[in-house]
Formats: sequence, C-alpha cells, structure tokens
Amino acid sequence: MAIFLDENTKVIVQGMTGSEGTKHTRRMIASGTKIVGGVTPGKGGQVVEIEGKSLPVFNSVSEAVAATGATASVIFVPPKFAKSAVVDAIDAHVPLIVVITEGIPVHDTASFWAHAQKVGKSRIIGPNCPGLISPGKSNIGITPSDITGPGKIGLVSKSGTLTYQMMYELRDIGFTTAVGIGGDPIIGTTHIDCLKAFQDDPDTEAIVMIGEIGGDAEERAAAFIKEYVTKPVVGYVAGFTAPEGKTMGHAGAIVSGSSGTAEAKKVALEAAGVKVGKTPSETANLLRAIITSSKG
Amino acid sequence: MDLFEYQARDLFEASGVPVLAGAVATTPEQAQQAAEKIGGKVVVKAQVKIGGRGKAGGVKLAENPADAFEKAKAILGMDIKGHTVHKVMIAGAAPIESEYYLAILLDRAARSFLVMASVSGGMDIEEVAHKTPEKLAKVHVDPNEGISSDKALEIVRKGGFPADVEKAVADVLVTLWKTFKDSDATLVEVNPLVKTTDGRIIALDGKVTLDDNAAFRHPHHEALIDHAATNPLEALAKEKDLNYVKLDGEVGVIGNGAGLVMSTLDVVAYAGEKFGGVKPANFLDIGGGASAQVMADGLSIILGDPAVKSVFVNVFGGITACDAVANGIVQALSMLGDKATKPIVVRLDGNNVLEGRRILNEANHPLVQQLDTMDGAAARAAELAAK
Repeated sequence: MAIFLDENTKVIVQGMTGSEGTKHTRRMIASGTKIVGGVTPGKGGQVVEIEGKSLPVFNSVSEAVAATGATASVIFVPPKFAKSAVVDAIDAHVPLIVVITEGIPVHDTASFWAHAQKVGKSRIIGPNCPGLISPGKSNIGITPSDITGPGKIGLVSKSGTLTYQMMYELRDIGFTTAVGIGGDPIIGTTHIDCLKAFQDDPDTEAIVMIGEIGGDAEERAAAFIKEYVTKPVVGYVAGFTAPEGKTMGHAGAIVSGSSGTAEAKKVALEAAGVKVGKTPSETANLLRAIITSSKG
Repeated sequence: MDLFEYQARDLFEASGVPVLAGAVATTPEQAQQAAEKIGGKVVVKAQVKIGGRGKAGGVKLAENPADAFEKAKAILGMDIKGHTVHKVMIAGAAPIESEYYLAILLDRAARSFLVMASVSGGMDIEEVAHKTPEKLAKVHVDPNEGISSDKALEIVRKGGFPADVEKAVADVLVTLWKTFKDSDATLVEVNPLVKTTDGRIIALDGKVTLDDNAAFRHPHHEALIDHAATNPLEALAKEKDLNYVKLDGEVGVIGNGAGLVMSTLDVVAYAGEKFGGVKPANFLDIGGGASAQVMADGLSIILGDPAVKSVFVNVFGGITACDAVANGIVQALSMLGDKATKPIVVRLDGNNVLEGRRILNEANHPLVQQLDTMDGAAARAAELAAK
C-alpha cells in the first residue's frame, strides 16, 4: 500500500498546455502515472499528444472530472492564476489537489484553504512543493521517478531536493510514499497528516521526517508523534547555521510559541523519541540501522 | 519585507488609520524642517527594523525645531543592536491617557489570520501574552469573510476595551483589516494604539510586514525596499535573479533547492569544526533550471567575495540533470577565465550523474575536483578553505 495515491489514481493536469505543465506531464506519464487529461480555461476541446498519449483539454475541472473520472489534480498554473485554479478543483470536489506552483501570495493560499475546509471534499498538498510519489505506482508532481523503487519507508519533507537526496541515500530500502509538503507559511497537508497516514499504512515500517527552520510545524509534529506514532521515526532538520530570520515584530513570536530554530526543533523531536541526524547521510544511517535490527 | 515605522505610518495614513503627522529625515537639517512643519513638540524616532530602540536611546522628545535638530544629530548614526540608524522619523507628540495593542497576522499553525487585541499595550506585549494571557484577546478571522463592523466590535469587547472607546477602536480594526488585505500584509501591528487625554484614538507606532510573493500585485512596493541595508553582493545577486545571502565564513556554497543548500551550510560548518572553525561564506540556491549562465552568474558572485577561500558546488540532479550542471560549470569557468582563482569542490548526484562526472573529468580544469558524497566534499572544501 501507499498513502494518498496509488496505481489507480486518475490525474488531471491544470496548466497542462503551458511549458512547465507539458514537460512534467511527459515525465509523469513516463513514470507510470495515469494522466487522463488537462485543464486550461479557454482551450477546452483541444486534444494534445504527450508521450504517445492523446489527452483531452477541458475548460474547467468539473468538466474534466465528469468526462474522465479524475480523482486527483496537479496544478502547474503561474502564481497569478493559481488561486482560481485551486478553487476550481475544490468546487469540483477533486479528492486530491497537488499545488506545485511556487510564489503564490499567502493571502491567496489562506483564501483557498479556508474555502476547501468549507467544502470539505479535498486534500490539498502544497503549494510550493515537489508533489508526492509512490514509487512503482504513481508520481504526481516533479519528483524524479528513477531515484529508487517501492519499499517500506514513508517520507515527509518540506524541501524538494532534500527529499530527493534522502530517497537516494535510502535507495537500497525503497519507499511506500514520499510526500513533499512544501515550505510555504500555509500548506494544505502537514507533517502531522502524513505521520498519521504512514502510521495507519500497514506497508510503511519506518518514517523519515525532514524539517526546516521557521514556524513550529516540527514541534507540533513531535507532540503528535509522542501521542500517536508507534513506528520508528527518524528526523532531519536543515538550517542549523542559517542566519537568523527577519524580525517579525512581537506578534509573530507570540503566535509561533517557539523560536523556530533548528536547535529547538531537534530538541522537541528528540524529546518525542525521534532520532535526529546531523546530516542527511547520518539520518539515513539511523534509519537503516532501525530497519536492519528489526529484521534480525 | 518588513517596513520601517515611517513607511507603516504612511501606509496607515493612506488607508485611513488615524495617525499623527510624521515625516522622515536623513539629516538634522531635514529633521528641523520637518519639526517646523509639524509644529509644537515632536518626537524624534530612530528608524531601525529591530525592537528595543526606546531603551537604546533611539526615541527622544524635542521641545522645538532647534531641539529636533540636536536630537536627530544624536540619533542619526547610532548603532542599535547592530543596526545603524540612517533615518529618523519626526512625529507629532500626543498627550497619552491609555496605551492599547492591536494586531492582525498570519497564523501558520491555524492556517488562517489572527487578530490580537489588548488594553495592556506599550512596550511589553510579549510579557502580557506570557504572564497574563487573559488580557490578550485572540480571535481568528476567516480570510474570505474578513472583519465586519460587528466582528470588530465583538473582538474589541473580548479584549476588554472601555465602553467609551469600543466603537472607535472597532473602526480602527476594520480599517486595519482593509490595510492588511489590500496591501497583502502578513503582519499589521499597532503598538501602542493610544487614547489621548482629549479622547482621540491614534496609532502611535506600527509594524508592517508585506508578502514578497504578492509583489506582482503591488508594483509600488518596490519603492519601499531599503537598499542601504542590502549587502553589495546580495544586490548584485538580486539583479541576476539569484537567491543569495551573504554569511561570514570562508567556504562559498552553491546548490539547488533551498532545503539542500541550507543542509549544505550545516554540513560545511560541521566539517569545518575539524579545520579551525571554517564556516560557509554564503547561501546560494540556483533553483531548478540551472543553465550555464545561471551557474556562471552564481560562481562569479561567489568568486567575487574576498572572504571566500574555496567553493563547494552541491547539486542533486532532479529536473536539472547533472550533465547540464557540469556543462554549466565548465562554461562558467571559461567565461570567467583568469577571474576564477579559488579551488572548486563539486559533488554531483542524481539525474544523469555519470555523464555529469564524465564531463567534468574530461574538462580536467585545474581548479575543479570532484567527490562522490556530500559529507566528503564538504570536508574537502573546508580543508581547502583552512589552508
């Protein structure tokens, strides 16, 4: 099994006719993803050939869903138009919406997130994320599909390239699903959502969680692990030597309830029983030791 | 982007939030002129993007324009926690009866916006939040509904404001919401919001943070950028559209993806501990589509930093294949010619790595050496920087 997506997930691409959309549609098809069509307002009725497949283009997500039975949408629409694209997918009740677009104003994300909560039919991943991959089954987004194959690790990360690096370090073991949740201030699916799904997924034996400085998502994830997760979790936090962030005024410090530093996150994770590596390769070795010892 | 107080004041004034007269000055002469225009007593306030300036002596009352000249002269050029004062704001003075607190901000954890209101305003709002949290009302705002007059009144009552100012404070809150939304802010804070002895409600000091991602909707926000505070190398990088931050170490770092580059800084710093405390000299993320030109721009900025003793290029090929990165390095070095003088340690992995490594081996540039692992390459770069 895998979390959030598998070989049966039917995917439409919003922004498929743009250059980024076309490039990544080709890559997703090549890695086995069931792409069933695309959405570009104003280009409905066209058919485009990508990677040997004829893909219908629709004006709206609801038309696309009605015609194809799509269960997921991936969004490659520029920041200016991203909010209306996400709202279109939310209103069409698409169960999984993956927002790859980088640079969406946070007021737009806050707005579509609130709308999605009200409608209550969609999981949103991102924005500003690489998407998610269940190796050998399906790949939604821009993660390279040839780093490693299926296996028993679940991975959740704010960062794209660190996800790839960690998948590469652990390519001998493989992954159920790797989810890049994105690094924006507001994201649809959190570390906690993924930890819960991995805990509940019978095929995931161990979990890698990658965090970064800023906010207090890792601290909240640590509290959740303590309470809910019984599978082994190893962690990595990037940004120990990063310069202190912008001064956000008093208000920001009050709300986050944490300094947001890498050290604070590491301390919180370790207090929850998570082994935290100093480097990506040390983290990978911590996980490898856990998997090896459980075998034997 | 964080705004200076005077910029926040201007924004408040333009949006209809009640403020006192104010003007910015970069010289004592300008300060005197501004004080003459405002009339009466004025306050001279250091413009720095850090708290605690009052305690540091950066805020002074001036009796008259000549005094404003002297006070500005004393404050300009001051160092407040590492921030040099280049500007002062000359503001009208008001007789204060009470100090309140109002803020609207992004609440990451709740994935929403939050209003905070308190009758205990002034310098120590963090202490209020910590010691007497019941005196700080916190209410979430639906981004799509915003703050209506009724909602504002509900929040103000929750904050325990006296009945005689309820309506006026609620009006300010509604206007602040409009300011927050219309300018794509992630923080709008008024501290203190004061009641004067003659009963007026005035925003005396403000902090505003604007969302850089929304710049495309606000072309005029560019004029608010503080170029004086920008490091020259950072300014050059910005011109080339590179995500670069100057740090104070010796190993220049280039990588792809913010997370991997942050991680690279850490790994370099750890490796540097064995070589006399060598540290990363910068953060530079060349992003997903690193062309030869991007690599050349990045390398030339890093090699132009006199503090840099060695360079570490750390790339995991995802969308950008390693052969493209390798070609970028080779072309960058030939474009730079004699200007490239420092050793460059390269670690490539991922998409098309074998071809990438082959290209670099074949080019056989005397400054370039390759290592297979991130930790190993970081150690080599640190060792070279320590020499």
